[in-house]
Amino acid sequence: MSRLTREPIDTQELLRRVTVPAAGAVVLFLGTVRELTAGRRTVALDYEGYPEMAERKLDELDAEARRRWPLCEVALVHRLGHLELAEASVAVAVSSPHRAAAFEAGRWLIDTLKETVPVWKQEHWADGTTEWVHPGLNGDVNADCGLRNAEPGAGGPLP
Amino acid sequence: MIVRVKLFAVAKQAAGVDSIEIEVPEQATVADVRRALVAAVPALSPAAKFLLFAVDAEYAGDQMVVTPKSEIACIPPVSGG
Repeated sequence: MSRLTREPIDTQELLRRVTVPAAGAVVLFLGTVRELTAGRRTVALDYEGYPEMAERKLDELDAEARRRWPLCEVALVHRLGHLELAEASVAVAVSSPHRAAAFEAGRWLIDTLKETVPVWKQEHWADGTTEWVHPGLNGDVNADCGLRNAEPGAGGPLP
Repeated sequence: MIVRVKLFAVAKQAAGVDSIEIEVPEQATVADVRRALVAAVPALSPAAKFLLFAVDAEYAGDQMVVTPKSEIACIPPVSGG
């Protein structure tokens, strides 16, 4: 099961979904909105996705994980929209007969999701600026593009 | 021919719209689309080499040929999770 949602992620529902009699191990990973990134303070994040493609990519991750590990159930959920500090933006829940596969698959799923699923986060910094996060596209490029919504006098090096 | 390109995140912000119509040669490739997009949205030029593209909701290499019916999306480096 994989999906995008604009509602808070219901972790109990995910755990119920993956906790089945064949399983002896259930792993749940949550990615949550962190306040500090390299010393800069975040007040909120906005997530945007390309829904048709993101859902397809999540389904592909589910299928690939099942090929690689003996999994019972997989549940992948990514939230879109406005998130406050400590809210969960992403959930990966997997179950397997034994714990090693559940841990390994969960780790692979979140790592690969972050590299391949077309979803983007926009930082709302405490100084009032906002900024789309694009790994590899560094702060200088953002500045060169005029893409940073800096207020006069704001700014500084990016994390 | 005219193709429409969906824009997200920094690309949408730079263009000020969530999709853009651009003119590309017949038999244009993804590489042609990238060039035409950056020409239409010069603010994206420093980011050009980082921009991936999807055709019909699947990552597409620079040599993939597009048509006016293709669903083309500009995919800046993703940052989900």
